[in-house]
Amino acid sequence: MTKIDVQMVEDIAVGAALLGTGGGGDPYVGKLMAIQALKKNGPVELIDVEQVPDDAWVVPAAMMGAPTVLVEKIPSGKEIFKAFDSLQNYLGKEIYAVIPIEAGGLNSMIPITVAAERKLPLVDVDGMGRAFPELQMVTFHLYGVSATPMVLADEKGNSLLLNTINNFWTENLARNATVVMGGSVMIAIYPMKGKDLKQSGIRNIITYSAKIGQAIREARKNGDDPIEALLKATGGYTLFKGKISDVQRRTTGGFVRGEAHIDGIDQYKGETMAIDFQNENLIARRNGRVVATVPDLICTVDAHTAAPITTEGLRYGQRVFILGIPCDKKWRSEKGIATVGPRYFGYDVDYVPIEELIKG
Amino acid sequence: MEYRIGIDVGGTNTDAVLVDENMQLVESIKVPTTKDVSSGIFEALHRVLEKSKVNRNNIKYAMLGTTHATNAIVERKRLCKTAIVRIGRPATEAIAPLAAWPGDLVEAVGNHYYLIAGGHEFDGREISPLNEDELKKIALELKGRVESIAIVSVFSPVNNQHELRAREILQEVLGEIPISLSHEIGSIGLLERENATVLNAALVDVARTTANGFKEALAREGVTGAKVFLCQNDGTLMSIEYAMRYPILTIACGPTNSIRGAAFLSNLENAMVLDVGGTTSDIGIIAQGFPRESSIAVEIGGVRTNFRMPDLISIGLGGGTIVREENGEVKIGPDSVGYRITEEALVFGGKTITATDVAVRLGLAEVGDKEKVRNLPLELAQKAYDKMQEMVEEAIDKIKTSKEPQPLVLVGGGSIIVSNNINGVSQVVRPQNFGVANALGAAIAQVSGEVDRIYSLSEMSREAALQDAKQLAIAEAVKAGADPASVNIVHVEDIPLAYLPGNAVRIRVKASGDLI
Repeated sequence: MTKIDVQMVEDIAVGAALLGTGGGGDPYVGKLMAIQALKKNGPVELIDVEQVPDDAWVVPAAMMGAPTVLVEKIPSGKEIFKAFDSLQNYLGKEIYAVIPIEAGGLNSMIPITVAAERKLPLVDVDGMGRAFPELQMVTFHLYGVSATPMVLADEKGNSLLLNTINNFWTENLARNATVVMGGSVMIAIYPMKGKDLKQSGIRNIITYSAKIGQAIREARKNGDDPIEALLKATGGYTLFKGKISDVQRRTTGGFVRGEAHIDGIDQYKGETMAIDFQNENLIARRNGRVVATVPDLICTVDAHTAAPITTEGLRYGQRVFILGIPCDKKWRSEKGIATVGPRYFGYDVDYVPIEELIKG
Repeated sequence: MEYRIGIDVGGTNTDAVLVDENMQLVESIKVPTTKDVSSGIFEALHRVLEKSKVNRNNIKYAMLGTTHATNAIVERKRLCKTAIVRIGRPATEAIAPLAAWPGDLVEAVGNHYYLIAGGHEFDGREISPLNEDELKKIALELKGRVESIAIVSVFSPVNNQHELRAREILQEVLGEIPISLSHEIGSIGLLERENATVLNAALVDVARTTANGFKEALAREGVTGAKVFLCQNDGTLMSIEYAMRYPILTIACGPTNSIRGAAFLSNLENAMVLDVGGTTSDIGIIAQGFPRESSIAVEIGGVRTNFRMPDLISIGLGGGTIVREENGEVKIGPDSVGYRITEEALVFGGKTITATDVAVRLGLAEVGDKEKVRNLPLELAQKAYDKMQEMVEEAIDKIKTSKEPQPLVLVGGGSIIVSNNINGVSQVVRPQNFGVANALGAAIAQVSGEVDRIYSLSEMSREAALQDAKQLAIAEAVKAGADPASVNIVHVEDIPLAYLPGNAVRIRVKASGDLI
């Protein structure tokens, strides 16, 4: 059995920021909250999916809205429990364990706080294996799990219980409510039983995040190449190495879309890469040819330190290393590609698994 | 003829210059920086006046760029006991003020903080009404217990009403105690802005002592008619009264003075500036005549802050950087002989191969005795030089914002180690008087004002929001001492907020003008 301590929280934050593929927000506030909760309550127990009884209830805890708002209007610390408790009351069932909804800077931290304060185990699973911008973009959705009943809670004590006809309505209603509630809320969502979690969740994502963070940290400490360590820890593919030559951004419908252009260095000298992003990195083209697309992971890190770089943090002149990681096979189903494939994001590109694309 | 004095405190030297009303350099001097900082400043002032022999009644302005504030934070000395009033309950309770501060710094400023109801949402609505009764109670409790107060309210960069009202209430009870308001110090990001505001509040006394000391020193030297200013870290000046309200803005004014000085000496409004010292080099950007600002959180004394700081990249390469050959590989630094270069470098008869020796060996610089590097293998020198060049080119690439080659201005004593042919650079400019660019930067500076706020574009057009921000920035510049007739907008930036419908946008504007 694994215990999540302060060091592991730091590692998870780095690893999840990488798996956030450029999105997911700055983990700083979430990390301070998680560390504070661990210091007060002791380490959190991390359990395997198989340890969750089939009929026990699990609930993902998360933040929804703008990370920019959260870093200014710090939570009261009570809203996530309000959401959690309201959902538990409505269900009329004990909640057995907490899970993260995604691997992303901020939302990898919130469930740790809840698990520590409520003395509940955290399950080593999530619904994305990476970060995505919308509520229905989880593998739970692919298996017919409903996002609702769902509770949104703000710091003032308002909470909102949603029951919707499908998960797209949940996204739409919840996103608009979030704005009215101040731009950043805490949510308890996708309540499900152990047997559904075992079928629909992405396994071992927390230990995977921690392993990535640990590999980078130890490589830096030992003077080894952190990029090598990163490749080894993730089993990912080198997509490119270069320097950012241009970044273009524009907003549409509340999401920041843009492209980053990269000029090759070292073995990629004379070549170019372009990455399309919508908060998260979506499509990577090398010399104009697609080499990776969503839902496979396209991760940008600093070429020297292997520190993950968010799409907001991309700047001209940065030396970057681009890493491609195959997504969980659940995403590669027909419904998975329809939900998070390149066409859902508006690109006229078919999904081809990265392992095939990389062969050229 | 009227004159200006500019003084800049660096890590090694304190420089002073005297310029005339046409901004021509009349005299310059370098003295060693002293541990207490002040006596070095007085010495530089005394000597530049002695040397120039100008009539002291004709000195109209005196500018000082100093490290007093940075030193006080780093050494945890001379800081005011400060109370923090955070307005935002029930939001923000999850993380207490000073939570991530080093223990000794918390001790130095005291651990007095209060969380009260109030604050705003990102679109300007109230989270809760301001709890005025609670504020009155706090005021009575604080009487005689602290020397300075920091007030921070949630989303005050969007709506500052609660911070302003809170100051009014505290002043009713406490009188003229210094109060720092967060919307005047930092930008979005509550913890970082709060940290910056607390540091600012804690530095009020340091600013007062520094300014008074400078004024007294000027009086002692017979300079009685000069207006006195402190340099801020955006390359502009602030009046003494303004500096006592915003002392934190003096942090890192040294590099910005160099950048401003380089721009002035080279007559370039847009360029990169490389300031090469003995141990390290700083590279910054001058955009429309002003140093570009950093957009990321900066740590000061172990505390994360988000107040304005110059965008700088430092590399471990200077004139005294040690060059070695290890297993056939050439290594540059990171260590340096520093100020001992005149004893240790080969060209000065020493035994250590330095970056300067490499430049002299290749015939690119003339320093010391070039005969003394004759035995330095040419191949080694070339390899080392290529590596040094790579370091400079990489730093230049990192700081640039576009692909287009841009001019590079070289200043600082170590700049002889940099060649005239650098990738990404259109032209290398080596101005005269490059050794005192920083003090010149202080002497010729203008005054500025700026805003950084979030506007909701569902209620107003983007144009109206930009206009509002510009007017606020101009008003700030005038408040800081600029001649209203000369104020111009020098920087505008707007960034949309991610993951939110409703078109909220963050706008930053800076205005600047001549001294009145």
